[in-house]
Amino acid sequence: MKEHVHDFDWVLLAIVGAICALGVAEIYSSTHASAMAGMQYRQLIWIGVGLVGMFLISRIDYHTLLDQALPVYIFGIVTLVVVLLVGHSRFGAKRWVSLGGGFNLQVSELMKLIIIIVLARYFSEVRTDRLTLADLAKATLLTLVPVGLILKQPDLGTAMVLVPVLVMGAVLAGIEWKHAAVGIILLGLLIPVAWHMRTHLKPYQQQRIETFLHPEEDQRGAGYQILQSQIAVGSGGFWGKGFGKGSQNQLGFVPVRYSDFILAALAEEQGFIGVCIVLLLYLGLILRLVDNAQKAKDKAGMYVVMGVTAILGFHVLVNASMVIGYMPVTGIPLPLMSYGGSSTAFVFLALGLVMNVRMGRFVN
Amino acid sequence: MASWTVSDTKIPQGRLALVSYLSVGVVILLLVGFWKLQVVQSSHYSDLAERNQIRYIPIIAPRGAMLDRYGRVLVDSYPSFSILLLRDHPKQIAKCLPQIEEGLGVSKDDLLQQIEEAKNEPKFQPIVIKPVASDADIAFVESHREDLPVLELMMVQRRRYPYGEMLANTVGYVGEVSEKELERSDGKYRPGDIVGKAGLEREYNDVLEGTDGMRRMVVNSMGQPTGKPLEDIPAIPGKPIQLTIDYDLQAVADRDFEGKEGALVAMDPHTGEILAMVSRPTFNPNDFAVRIPAKEWQQLNTDPETPLLNRAIQAQLAPGSVFKIVMATAMLESKAIPANYTVYCPGSAEFYGRVFHCDHAHGEVDIHKAIVASCDVYFYNVGKQLGIDRISFYANALGLGHLTGIDLPSEEPGLIPSEAWVERVYHHKWYPGSTISVSIGQGAVMVTPIQLARMIGGVASGGRFVEPHLMKDDPNVKTTMFPISENTENVVTQGMWGVVNEPDGTTSELVKLKNIDFCGKTGTAQTMGFDLQHRLGKHVKENGWFVGYAPRENPEIVVAALVQGAGWGSFVAPIVRDVVKAYYYKKYPNLQVTEAENTKPAQPGHLVAAKVTHP
Repeated sequence: MKEHVHDFDWVLLAIVGAICALGVAEIYSSTHASAMAGMQYRQLIWIGVGLVGMFLISRIDYHTLLDQALPVYIFGIVTLVVVLLVGHSRFGAKRWVSLGGGFNLQVSELMKLIIIIVLARYFSEVRTDRLTLADLAKATLLTLVPVGLILKQPDLGTAMVLVPVLVMGAVLAGIEWKHAAVGIILLGLLIPVAWHMRTHLKPYQQQRIETFLHPEEDQRGAGYQILQSQIAVGSGGFWGKGFGKGSQNQLGFVPVRYSDFILAALAEEQGFIGVCIVLLLYLGLILRLVDNAQKAKDKAGMYVVMGVTAILGFHVLVNASMVIGYMPVTGIPLPLMSYGGSSTAFVFLALGLVMNVRMGRFVN
Repeated sequence: MASWTVSDTKIPQGRLALVSYLSVGVVILLLVGFWKLQVVQSSHYSDLAERNQIRYIPIIAPRGAMLDRYGRVLVDSYPSFSILLLRDHPKQIAKCLPQIEEGLGVSKDDLLQQIEEAKNEPKFQPIVIKPVASDADIAFVESHREDLPVLELMMVQRRRYPYGEMLANTVGYVGEVSEKELERSDGKYRPGDIVGKAGLEREYNDVLEGTDGMRRMVVNSMGQPTGKPLEDIPAIPGKPIQLTIDYDLQAVADRDFEGKEGALVAMDPHTGEILAMVSRPTFNPNDFAVRIPAKEWQQLNTDPETPLLNRAIQAQLAPGSVFKIVMATAMLESKAIPANYTVYCPGSAEFYGRVFHCDHAHGEVDIHKAIVASCDVYFYNVGKQLGIDRISFYANALGLGHLTGIDLPSEEPGLIPSEAWVERVYHHKWYPGSTISVSIGQGAVMVTPIQLARMIGGVASGGRFVEPHLMKDDPNVKTTMFPISENTENVVTQGMWGVVNEPDGTTSELVKLKNIDFCGKTGTAQTMGFDLQHRLGKHVKENGWFVGYAPRENPEIVVAALVQGAGWGSFVAPIVRDVVKAYYYKKYPNLQVTEAENTKPAQPGHLVAAKVTHP
C-alpha cells in the first residue's frame, strides 16, 4: 500500500489540482453574484467523487479491463442503442432538458472510457510495426459504430471526441502514409457531403454551422455567443480586469460562463497572463501523460495513456478554439475547469487508468 | 495472461515524441490566437465590452412653449410616458403577448405587425407600442416588471395645443424626424426624435427644441440597469417664443370663421406684427403630437379641402375688386391719367370686341365713386389706358406677386401677369383684352390674403410696407418704402372710407363703427385659383374678400379676410369689423366702439372670454 501511494504520479496530480483550483475559483467568480451562487461547492464535490473514482480505478489492473474489452464494448453499444430507443420514445429529442438526457450524457461519457480500452486492446494486438489496411479498417469500424449512435442522440460534440482516440492509435501503430492521406482526403470529402446533408441536421445544429460561418448576422443566437466570448477575451487585455471584475462575465454577456465558456471568463478577468498559465498547465498535463506513456511497461499501457491524452488534448484544443472564435460552438467543455459532474468524473476515471498503467510498470 | 499482454514490443519513442511536439505547437498556435484578441485587438474589444454594458438613455428636453403677445400660453409641452417593447428576446415576447394584449388593450395583431415592421432595426432598439400611456397602463407595467420584462416605460415630452384647431395652420405641428431630415442633420437627430414639421414649429424649430440630456447606466446582458446611473447630463429645455398673436383677436376671428372656408390675416401695418391668423378648414395638431395613424394622415393629405394648407399665406386667388386699390394708386401715381378722370358707366362696356359687365349702371363715375361703389367700367378704362406693364409694375411695388417674407415656411408668391410673363410661360404676345380682366383683379392675377393685408396697410401708410412677422420683437424686420404722394393716399383712403361709411358704398353701411374711421375694400372674385378649382373638380360660388383697416390714415390695424364661396365681398366685411372692433375695445376701453346701426349684435364682453376647450 505504501508503495502504491508512492507510485502515484504526484506531478500529474499537482497539475490536475492546479487546473481544478483555477476552475473552481472561476466558477465562483462567474456565479457568486447570480442566482446560481454556490456552484463551486458542487464542483468541489464532483472533484472529490472523481478523486475517489480515480483511486479505485488505479487499483484495478488495466489488463483485467482490457481482457474484458469485447464484453465492455458490447455493453456500451447495447446501452447506447437502448438509450436511443427509450430516449426517443419517452423523452423526445431535446436531450439537455429531459432527465433521460442526463443519463444519455453519462452513457456517452462512459463510451469515451470504453473506446480508450477497446482501441488500446485492439492496437496492442497489432504485432508488426506497420498498420495494415485491414487492421485500420477494423479499428475504424469499431470507432464509427458508437460515433454513429451518439450522433443519433444527437450529440455532435461527444461523438467527435471519440475520433481522436482512433487517430492517435492509428498514428502510434504506424499508419502508412498513403492510408493516412486517403483518410485525410475522405475527411475532406466528408465536409462537402456534410454540407449537403446539413438540411438533415437538427435546426440547432444547422444554426450553429450558419453562425460559425457568419457570426455577425445573428446578434442574439449562437453567433452572439461567439462574439460575446471574443469580446470577453479581447477586452481582458494582457493583465486582465481582475478577479470578479470582468463586465462581460459578471453582467452575464458571456454564455454559460461557468461551463463551456469558462476560459472566456478567465481570459477576461485574468488576461493573457492567466490564459498562458492555464494553457501551459494543460500542456504540462499532456506532456506528463506522454511521459507516462513512454515509461509504460507494455504497448497496451501506452495505448491506454495515449488514448486518454488524445481525448483530453482534443477537448482543450476544441474548447479553446471555440472561445476565440476559431471553431463553432459544439458543447465540448474544458476538462477539469468547466462546471459539470459527468465530464469531471470522466477525466478523473481516465486519469485513474493512467495511474494504473504507471504503477503497473513496477509490477511484474 | 492473454497473449496480447506480452510486451515484446513497444511503440517507437519517436512517435510519442511527435505527439509532444504537436501538443507544444498547438498550444503555441492557441496562444497566438489569444494574443491577437487580448493584445493586438484589445482596445477594439474593450470598446465593444464598454458598449455592451453601458446604455445611454436619452433624457428628452421639453420643447419651448409658444406665448401670445401678452404671454398667454398658446402651445406647450408636458411630460408623459410611452410604453416600449424591448426586442432583445423574441421568444420571451411571444410568451408575453397575450398578457400585454389584455393589460394594455393593444391588439396582438397590431403588436405583431409592429414587430414585423421593425425587424430590420437593430435588436436593442425597442419599439413604442403605446405612445401615450394612461395611469392604468403605467401601473400595469410597474406591477408586471417580473413576469413581463419586455415592457419598459420611457418618459417623453409631448406637445400640447390647448386650443386645438385655433391657429393650427400657423403654429404647425411636430412629428417624428423623417429619414431625409435624419440624414441632413449630421447626427444631431436620432430616429424617433420629434421635430417641427410645419408652421412656426418648423420655422423656429432650432429655438424651440432643446438639447436632450443623457443618462449613462450599466446594464446586464438582459438590458436591465444595475446600480445607480454613472452620470447624468441634464436636458436643456428649448426656449419659449413669444408671438405677435393677440389671443383675444384670434378668438374673435376664429369664432367668426366657424363653418366657413377661407382665411384671415390681422396685422399692425406700423410694425408688421401679425395679430391674428386664420385658415379654414383646419386640423387638430394634438393629433400629430401623438403618432398619427397612417389612415388619418393620408386622409388629411388627400382631402380636397386641403386642411393642411395655410390659406392665409398659401391660397393664391384672384383678389377681385380689392385690386382696384392697386389700379387707383397706379393711375394717380403714374399720372398717365388725370386725377379728375371720369367715365360714364352704363352697366357694361365693350373692349376689343368683347362686352365686359359691371354690377350696376353707375352713371357718371369719378375715382372716388369708382372705389366706393366698385365700378368695374371705370377701372376697365383705367386699365386699358395704363397698360399691363404699368399695372404690373405698381402691383409689384405694392407687394403683390412676390413673397411678403413672413416667418413661416411654404409661403406662396401669388402671380401678377405681365407681357414678359406671358411670353415666358405661354410663348405668345400679351392679349390687350386680358388687361381689362386684370384691371378688376381677375384673369391671371393671384394673390394671398397676407399680401392684400400688407398692400392695403402700406398704401394707407403712404407707401411704407413692413414685412409681416409672427415672432415678437424680431429685430430683423425689413421695411420697404415705395413713397406714395399725399394726394394719392388721400384719394384712395377716402375711397375706402366711403366703401364702409357712405350710403352707396359696397358694404351698404352695414359695418360702420361709431368713433372709428373704419375703412376697407370689398372684392368678389368670380373664379378661384385655377389649380385649386381643378383639384376640387367643381364649380364653387364666388370668393368674397374684404380688407378693412382703421383709422383711415396711418392705420393701426389692417385685416384681410377671404371667405371662399361667400358669394359677395360684403358678406365678409362683418368678420373684419368684429376683429377691428375687438382691437379697439381692448386698446381704448373708454371709446364707445359700437356698430353705427344695430346690424349685428356682438358684445365685446364675450370676445375676450371666447369659448376655449381644453383637451
